[in-house]
Amino acid sequence: MNFVLIFLITIFSLSLFFYGRSKTKSISIEKNIKLNALPKFYGYYLVLWCSIPSLVFLLIWTLFEPVIIKSIIIETAANQGAIFNDKNEANLIYEKIKAIYAGTYFGDIDTILKESALSYAKFINLFTNSKIVLIFGIVIASVIYSLKKIKNNNKARDDVEVILKGLLFASSLIAILTTLGIIFSLLFESIKFFSVINIFDYLFGTNWSPQRAFVSDASAITAAEYDELKDAFGFIPLIAGTSFIAFIAMLVAVPIGLFSGIYMAEYASLKVRRISKPIIEILAGIPTVVYGFFAALTVGPFFRQIGENLGLTVSSESALAAGLIMGIMIIPYVSSLSDDVINSVPQSLRDGSYAVGATKSETIKKVVIPAALPGIIGSVLLAVSRAIGETMIVVMAAGLAANLTINPLESTTTITTQIVMILVGDQEFDSPKTQSAFALGLTLFIATLVLNYIAQRAVKKYREKYD
Amino acid sequence: MTKEERLKKRHSAEKRFRFYGLASIFVALLFVLILVHNIFSKGSSAFMKTAINVEVFFDQELLEIKNGATEDQILEADFYDITIESLLKVFPAQDLDQENQLIDLFTTDAEIEIKRAFLENNNLIGKKINLEITASDDIDQLHKGNYPRDLPEDRRRISDFQLIIYDNLVENKKIIKNFNNYFFKNGDSRDPELAGIGGALIGSFYSIIICLLLAFPVAVLASIYLEEFAPKNKITDFIEININNLAAVPSIVYGLLALQILLATIQLPRSTPLVAGITLALMTLPRIIIPCRASLKAVPPSIREGALAVGASKFQSVFHHVVPLALPGTLSGTIIGLAQALGETAPLILIGMVAFVVDIPSTPIDPSSSLPVQVYLWSESAERGFVEKTSATIMMLLSFLIVMNFLAVYLRQKFEKRWN
Repeated sequence: MNFVLIFLITIFSLSLFFYGRSKTKSISIEKNIKLNALPKFYGYYLVLWCSIPSLVFLLIWTLFEPVIIKSIIIETAANQGAIFNDKNEANLIYEKIKAIYAGTYFGDIDTILKESALSYAKFINLFTNSKIVLIFGIVIASVIYSLKKIKNNNKARDDVEVILKGLLFASSLIAILTTLGIIFSLLFESIKFFSVINIFDYLFGTNWSPQRAFVSDASAITAAEYDELKDAFGFIPLIAGTSFIAFIAMLVAVPIGLFSGIYMAEYASLKVRRISKPIIEILAGIPTVVYGFFAALTVGPFFRQIGENLGLTVSSESALAAGLIMGIMIIPYVSSLSDDVINSVPQSLRDGSYAVGATKSETIKKVVIPAALPGIIGSVLLAVSRAIGETMIVVMAAGLAANLTINPLESTTTITTQIVMILVGDQEFDSPKTQSAFALGLTLFIATLVLNYIAQRAVKKYREKYD
Repeated sequence: MTKEERLKKRHSAEKRFRFYGLASIFVALLFVLILVHNIFSKGSSAFMKTAINVEVFFDQELLEIKNGATEDQILEADFYDITIESLLKVFPAQDLDQENQLIDLFTTDAEIEIKRAFLENNNLIGKKINLEITASDDIDQLHKGNYPRDLPEDRRRISDFQLIIYDNLVENKKIIKNFNNYFFKNGDSRDPELAGIGGALIGSFYSIIICLLLAFPVAVLASIYLEEFAPKNKITDFIEININNLAAVPSIVYGLLALQILLATIQLPRSTPLVAGITLALMTLPRIIIPCRASLKAVPPSIREGALAVGASKFQSVFHHVVPLALPGTLSGTIIGLAQALGETAPLILIGMVAFVVDIPSTPIDPSSSLPVQVYLWSESAERGFVEKTSATIMMLLSFLIVMNFLAVYLRQKFEKRWN
C-alpha cells in the first residue's frame, strides 16, 4: 500500500512539475507580465509542496500505526476477558491475532481471539482507509495552496530555496536525533534497572553473575529474590576486566604506535612514508571480527601451548591474547594521530635545538615530544576509548565469567562482552538481566564520551598553541 | 668520560632510537603479514570440495516413477533407496555398522544431489551414470590434509574402516576435488560441507545498499548545510559537537539503540537486512559527514565568489559549482564509510542477525545473516570444517573491503582537483 502511495505521489509531483512550468509560461504570455523566477522554479515549487508534506505524513503514520493498533487491540482483548499477566503474554496474544488475520494460524481459536481478529481486521481497514483519505487531503490542500501562489507570480526561486534550506537543516538535525535516540533508549531501560537494583550496589558490587537474576515476576520481586539480585550486578569486575584488557592493549599499541609515528614524522623519507603509512592503516581497516577470529583460534591456543611448555597454566581465553590483538588493532590510531601531532610542531623549535648541538634523537626526546605531549596524550586517550568500546575481539577471545584478577594469563570479561552475552538470542522482556545490558551500555557511552571530550580538548588546545 | 666517549655514546643512542622507530614499523607490518598469511593459508582450501565418484543405477522398481514423469512427481519421489543402494556399492561392507560407516562418508544431501542429477538429465530410468557425490566434512578435511590420521581410533572422527575405504578410493582415483559451488550458493548449514555464504552475501548486500540509500543523501545534505549555509550560532555548534561525538560512540551502543527504538518501539522485523541497514546508516552517518565536510571545505572560496559575482543565488553557487567539485571527495568518503559498515559486527549481533538462517533472503525484510556475523557464527562452531569456511569468508570480506578502498582512492586521485 505504502509503495503504491509513494508511487502515486511521485507521479503526481512529476506531472505537476511540467504543469507548473508551462502554466507560468502561458500566464506570463497571456497577461504580458515578467515572471519573478525562471519557469522551472515554479515547477520545483509545486513538486516540493506536493511531495514533502504528504511523504512526511506517510512516514510518521507508518511508524506509529502498528504501535497504536497493537495497544488498541490488546486493550479490547483485555476488555473482552483475555487474561495475560505480563507484556510477553500480551505480545503472544497479539501475534496470534495477527496470524489469524493473515490466515496462517493453525492452533485453537477461541471466541476472544476470533473477536479480536475481527476487530484487528476492522482497525487495519479503518487505518488504511483513513491514511489514504488523509494523504489525498494533504496533497490536494498543499497543491491548491501552491497553485494559488504561483498564479500570483510569487518569487518561486526564493521560496524553493527556503524550502530546500529547511530540508538541509532537517538532515543535519538527524545527528541530534540519533544522539537523543541513544540517550533515551539507554536511559529508559537503565532507569527501570536502577529502580530494581540500587545504583550503589551496581557501581560498587564485586560480583557479576546476571544468569542468577531469574525473577518470576518483575513487577513484584520478593525479598529473597532481591537479596539474590542485589549481589548479582556488581560492576567492579567488569570495569576491572575492561581496563585490564585495555591496559594490555595500550602496552602494545603505545610504544609501537608512538615509535612508528615518530619515525614516520621525523626520519622516514617521503617514499618510505608513502608506502608504510597506508600499510599500517590497513590494520585499522580490518574488521574487528577478523581480529577476534585470529585471537580466538590462533593466538589464544598458541599462548596456551607456550604456557604448557613453560609449565604455566594459561587460559585459552586469556586476557593477554585479547589485549595483544586489540593492541595491534589500535596501533594505527596511535601512530597516525601522533604522526600528525608531531608534524605540526613548528620547525623553529627543532632548529633551535640543533643549533645548540643536540642530535636528532635528543631533539625529539627533549624538545619535540614535550612540545607535542598534549596532542600525544589526546591521541592515546582516543585509542583508550576505542579499546574499551571494542566488542568483537573480546567477545570472541576473552572469557565470559567475571573474575577479579590481575593475572594476564587468566580469563576476564569486559563490559561489551557482557552486553552481547546478555542480549544475544532470546531475551526476556522487563527482566533486570536484560535491563542491565542497557545500564552497561549507558556506562560505556558515558565513559567513552568523557574520554573523547578530554582527548578532543587536549588536541584542540595543543593545536591552538602552535597555530 | 672523555669528550670523544660521550659523543660516541650520544651517537649510538641516536642510532638506537632510530632503530626502535624502524623496528616498530616493521613489527606493525609483520602483524599485517602474519594475519593475512594465517587467514589465507587456512581459508584457501575452502574454495575446493572433495567429491566421490559413485555409479548410480536408476532402478525403476526402487524409484516407483515412470519415464516422462513431471517435475513435481520427481521432486516428490523417494530417492532414498536408490541413494543407499548406490553408496553401498562403493565398497563391500560386512555388517550394518560398516554400512552406516560407509554411508557416513558422504554428505547428508547425497539423495538431493542424485535427485538433482536425475532432474537435469532426461530419461535416466533404467540407466547407469557416474555421479560426483560430495563427501562428508570429515573426508573432505582428511583429503585436504587438515586432519591428522595417526591418532588412535577412539580420538578420531574417522574410523579405521572408513580410512580403509578412503585409501581404496584414493587408489582407484575415485576421489576428486571440485570447485566448491556450495560455498557461494548455499545458506548456512549445520554440516560444514553444505554450509555456504550465499545467504550472508545477499544479506550484507541488502544491508549495505539500504545503508547507502539512507546515509549518503542525508550526510551530503547535512554537510552542505553545516559547511555552506549554517549561521555561526549555538545550534550549529551543538550539531557539530554532536556529530564528532557520534563518530566516536562504540558501535555496540548503536546496536542497543536499534534494539530499543527499531525493534521494541517501531517493531520492525528482527534479524532482517532492513533493520541492519538502518542501524549501519545511523552509525556511518557521522563518519561520512566528516570527510564530506572536509571535501566541501577544500573547494576554494573563489569558486563561490565567482558564481555569486555573475548573479547566481547562494543556492546556485553551492549546487552548481561547489558540490560538483566536492563530489569525488564526498564519494570516496562515503565508500570508506560503507566499507567500515560492511565489516561491522557487534550491532548486527544485537539485532538478532545471529539467528541460524538456512534460506537465502529474497527481500530485505527476510531474516538473514551478513558476512561478518557469519564469521562470528562459524568461529563458534566446533567442527573442523568450519575453520576453513570461516577463513574463506574472511577472505571474501577482505577482498570486498580492498576493492572498496581502492575504488575510493581511485575516485579521489582521478577526479579530485588540487587547489593550490
